[in-house]
Amino acid sequence: MSAVQETVAQVRAIDVDQYKYGFVTDIESEKAPKGLSEDTVRYISAQKNEPEWMLEWRLDAYRRWLTMPEPTWARVSYPKIDFQDYYYFARPKAAPKSIDEIDPEILKTYEKLGIPLRERDALLGIESADKPRVAVDAVFDSVSVATTFKAELAKAGVIFCSISEAIREHPELVRKYLGSVVPVSDNFYATLNTAVFSDGSFVYVPPGVRCPMELSTYFRINEKNTGQFERTLIIADEGSYVSYLEGCTAPQRDENQLHAAVVELVALKDAEIKYSTVQNWYPGDKDGKGGIYNFVTKRGDCRGDNSKISWTQVETGSAITWKYPSCILRGDNSRGEFYSIAISNGHQQVDSGTKMIHLGKNTSSRIISKGISAGRSNNTYRGLVSAHKKAAGARNFTNCDSLLIGDTCGAHTVPYMEAKNASAVFEHEATTSKISEDQLFYCLQRGLSQEEAVALIVNGFVRDVLQQLPMEFAVEAQKLIAVSLEGSVG
Amino acid sequence: MLDIRNLHARIGDNEIIKGLDLTVPAGEVHAIMGPNGSGKSTLSYVLSGKEDYEVTEGSVTFNGQDLLALSASQRAAAGVFLAFQYPVEVPGVANMTFLRAALNAQRRTRGEEEISTPDFLRLVKQKAPALGISQDMLRRGVNVGFSGGEKKRNEILQMALLEPKLCILDEADSGLDIDALKVVAEGVNALRSPERSMLVITHYQRLLDHIVPDVIHVMHKGRIVRTGGKELALELEETGYAAYGADAA
Repeated sequence: MSAVQETVAQVRAIDVDQYKYGFVTDIESEKAPKGLSEDTVRYISAQKNEPEWMLEWRLDAYRRWLTMPEPTWARVSYPKIDFQDYYYFARPKAAPKSIDEIDPEILKTYEKLGIPLRERDALLGIESADKPRVAVDAVFDSVSVATTFKAELAKAGVIFCSISEAIREHPELVRKYLGSVVPVSDNFYATLNTAVFSDGSFVYVPPGVRCPMELSTYFRINEKNTGQFERTLIIADEGSYVSYLEGCTAPQRDENQLHAAVVELVALKDAEIKYSTVQNWYPGDKDGKGGIYNFVTKRGDCRGDNSKISWTQVETGSAITWKYPSCILRGDNSRGEFYSIAISNGHQQVDSGTKMIHLGKNTSSRIISKGISAGRSNNTYRGLVSAHKKAAGARNFTNCDSLLIGDTCGAHTVPYMEAKNASAVFEHEATTSKISEDQLFYCLQRGLSQEEAVALIVNGFVRDVLQQLPMEFAVEAQKLIAVSLEGSVG
Repeated sequence: MLDIRNLHARIGDNEIIKGLDLTVPAGEVHAIMGPNGSGKSTLSYVLSGKEDYEVTEGSVTFNGQDLLALSASQRAAAGVFLAFQYPVEVPGVANMTFLRAALNAQRRTRGEEEISTPDFLRLVKQKAPALGISQDMLRRGVNVGFSGGEKKRNEILQMALLEPKLCILDEADSGLDIDALKVVAEGVNALRSPERSMLVITHYQRLLDHIVPDVIHVMHKGRIVRTGGKELALELEETGYAAYGADAA
């Protein structure tokens, strides 16, 4: 059997059941009654002691959602989702008041995932190694169970807490910015999220402050048949800077779990937000059974002049990914960036990309997308770059590369461009390649194993994007890439 | 060192090596000359374990081991090195990263410890300048944007770092001007040792002025048809391969 054929055979034979984060934590939980109705929305709001305005906002979204059709334009196919068959709210029974009250089972879960929640452990970590400190908000099913380093961040004036807490403690900020980037009726899944969102993170960085550490949220879906609808809102006030990391895993389950998040970023004048994601939701088994349906709306608004928003994502999990982190370049001279590695294997379907909406003068954007398809998966890049008629001097550079492993997978590129201003300059480059027999043999002849060879070639392919990730995340991402292509990669 | 007996190999339905016998003792440099299509490159692929080629008959013994039973990467770890006629590009993988990955993979296969970063850097620093390999070439993607000469020198650098027991050089002079050829040849000559054998595959006599072989074999239609000393190259340069039924090339 030739080397490439063997790789294909190995990829086909992948036991996706080896998903490393597929364990279930045995813990008692409280859940909303199954299904979705106004009562569910009221239940969620009541559970979270929300003010009236928040309940009204949710109910408005719910009523609008009822009138909206499910989108069908993405290049993904799946059986019709029965929205009445999910639980919309689940939380560990004993709600913790402080880190020491967290159910030890949950702490163990995060330990297994390699996420330290106990600040003192993290602090000890600094003494011995020169690891950068990361503040973590851990979301377990529908609620945030712990946020670390809060006190230290508060000293710098940075607010980092769960969105539920922010609604109670910082209503003026939440009311001003929530829904200002992704409006209530933006799209089917965003509207659903607005009605039933459970928890997520809130960040506010005051003017002129450079956030003293990386902020991070770790999402974990544990409960069966549960949708996770998190809502994240990050505001970088004038001249501030923040880097935020997001990680996701879920247990291995036969049925499809639903994940519909909304992330809103607001960068005011001269502010910069760097948002990085390593998404590793359960992708389903080798026959395509189970896995997470990931329908996510992520959007950043470069609201002030000279602001900058940068999205970096490593997408390896989920049965279905429907995700387009975007930038609205409203302020003059603002800049948007999108760096993406999307890997699909088994029966995974990925339809992902970005939108760069140039509104202000001399705005610039850069898109680097690397899609890797293996197994029987389909991987689509879908991107929109547009320049408003007032966006004089708008510039975009787009580079989309696809790498195919084997001949039963697909890679597709769907770029849209709209320039209403004659001075806009858009550049688009796209390539599709296959790992060649000759490349593999060259590596084997130098002593690398087949799996090492594929890993090396794939890592070379995604290098430009890996370089954009914060250091500790890049290492994790590199390992994840290897695991995702297990069977073809070591 | 290397002992090939009655080797038959094919690709698809096409038999290319048809009963080849060849013995290369330790420390000797043997040249294989022959017209295009005589099976020279195929022999290099069969020895290094490229999977498209199927051995249908015969045996290859390498230091007492059955070479044909080993995978390509096991053969590399056992000390078989092929300097490619057309080295491939591996974009995004820094040359240094690749060299180190290869060295460590071979060491692991042999059950040895991986080389430390300082030791590796020292080793590269010691070997690269003689081959005219700049820092820039070490940082760039493997063979990406390298000229023909740079690619060939890079092959020799890999050979120098991996320290194989059997070096197979496939058309090491193709695409090189005389100055580049001299650098490559000096690099190869520096690696000649009583423990290392070399198989130098070439169409032209020119290379053998610079890498002087102990023995020359003429290959034609998948077999060795004549064996002699280094003077055989000069004779072939005069008469061509016509005597063996080949078109003048």
